[in-house]
Amino acid sequence: MASSVMSTSRSAGGPQAPAAVSAVGLRKSYGDKTVLDGIDLRIPAGSVFALLGPNGAGKTTAVKILSTLITADGGQAQVAGHDVATSPDGVRAAIGVTGQFSAVDGLITGEENMLLMADLHHLPKREARRVTAELLDRFDLTEAAKKPASTYSGGMKRRLDIAMTLVGTPRIIFLDEPTTGLDPRSRHNMWGIIRELVSDGVTVFLTTQYLEEADELADRIAVLNDGKIAAEGSAEELKRMIPGGQVRLRFSDPAAYQSAASALREASRDDESLALQLPSDGSQRELRSLLDWLDSAGIEADELTVHTPDLDDVFFALTGGADIPNQPNQPNQPKETAR
Amino acid sequence: MSSLSLTVRDSSTMLRRNLLHVRRYPSLTLNLLLSPVVLLLLFVYIFGDVMGAGLDGGGADRSEYLSYILPGILLLTIGGTTIGTAVSVAMDMTEGIIARFRTMAIHRGSVIIGHVIGSVLQCLMSVVLVGAVAVAIGFRSTDATALEWILAVGLLTLVSLALTWIAVGMGLVSPNPEGASNNALPLMVLPLISSAFVPVDAMPGWFQPIAEYQPFTPAIETLRGLLLGTEIGHNGWLAVAWCLGLAVLGYVWSKSLFNRDPK
Repeated sequence: MASSVMSTSRSAGGPQAPAAVSAVGLRKSYGDKTVLDGIDLRIPAGSVFALLGPNGAGKTTAVKILSTLITADGGQAQVAGHDVATSPDGVRAAIGVTGQFSAVDGLITGEENMLLMADLHHLPKREARRVTAELLDRFDLTEAAKKPASTYSGGMKRRLDIAMTLVGTPRIIFLDEPTTGLDPRSRHNMWGIIRELVSDGVTVFLTTQYLEEADELADRIAVLNDGKIAAEGSAEELKRMIPGGQVRLRFSDPAAYQSAASALREASRDDESLALQLPSDGSQRELRSLLDWLDSAGIEADELTVHTPDLDDVFFALTGGADIPNQPNQPNQPKETAR
Repeated sequence: MSSLSLTVRDSSTMLRRNLLHVRRYPSLTLNLLLSPVVLLLLFVYIFGDVMGAGLDGGGADRSEYLSYILPGILLLTIGGTTIGTAVSVAMDMTEGIIARFRTMAIHRGSVIIGHVIGSVLQCLMSVVLVGAVAVAIGFRSTDATALEWILAVGLLTLVSLALTWIAVGMGLVSPNPEGASNNALPLMVLPLISSAFVPVDAMPGWFQPIAEYQPFTPAIETLRGLLLGTEIGHNGWLAVAWCLGLAVLGYVWSKSLFNRDPK
């Protein structure tokens, strides 16, 4: 593993599950622009892996390389035991890909799209009809089956897209931003679909720019920033990488704010919104001692909120261009540094 | 599955997909049929008497002029139909489904082969339709034997194949359907400046080489000879050579374009 990767789980996992996807030093550039600058990945079979990153971080490029759509400039990658460069057809036989932009044929109906996939997987006619009917039903598309796919809503297109991906019962599924552009209800439906896939033992490689999504679905998360993997681990591990939570005290009276600020020297100040932030792990014990101390100092805030770190903080800390703090006790304002 | 049967199977799946597109959205194909039919009627009924008078030293009438221009009109029909091919290939390449095909364990060229076979079939269908219009307004082949008919159909197929491969390349190289339609325009303009409507000898001297040394003129002269019994001479071999050359060029070009990394 490259030294730039902050792995927090070198010992985790026990006996290693066979890798469904592994990559070493993947590079890709378009002209002068380096999109992937040497990324390493190892995704155990049967797990959900999320590649998280802002727009333009290189997520889609990584998926395109691993799904044999484009070739890497350097590095090696194996998917389902096949090298993407030397045995792309071996890879293709094992994977299913749902790209960021809907990969359905809009000119023909949903059902015809499914039958097209069945034909390309060389399923016998009867089997093709059965699989098509089953998947259309599972993805709630039976009613729309005879309508041209171009008339489908965004959520329906996405569902058809995934249904088409599942026709060949792939063992590894790539989902490139599966919920981008979906409304909240469709997004939750999509999450349900992804969880179902996982329970069938499929390995899922998904990219997302939503932290909540990675948190909800993924066993392991890699944060991709500027073509490099900035951090990798489970959601919990990533959250632990950045300093603990904070207690935020907000004042409405500027005078009260000033006196509190001078009394609480260790607090970081937010003069504009008259707020002070104190590092805290959010435990009851710490809160009580903090409150006691505020009382004894005669400080009365108008609002007190406890903020525990979430993936947003990790994301902003890792992708905001700020150095990753390595002293957990130092006050830190990840959200502010990202602005 | 052997690689040949994989090729055949996947290509026929892709062909079915393309034919389904044509059946669902016939307007593109029909629009392209409109221009050859309009040109045919225009030249025969509006310009026919005058144009005919210029033929054969002035003896020909309107119906003889119809016979004269029909071979060119049929080839123009093929050119027009392949513009549709360039557009539909370009349209297809902007669709996400092509990316899906590229990540599936299918014969890689099947998408293109499906387009090519579909396009050749469409060309022949269009030729039959335009030919039917010509027969309806009085075209009769004078003395073509069965063999000459077969050769004529073979020539039309070969031209369709050659122009289709070029059109596929134009479709692949164009960033969008509009660009493809512009890039493929020569496929319909070239027949206009061939011997389709007037003999090459009747053109201005400086222009004659342009009309003479292009693929449509020998193909038109050959077809004219087969259907109407005029002199074919070396035009037969020239036409076949042009077609094979264009087909191979288009094939190699299309293949390298399709195998590029998509953006």
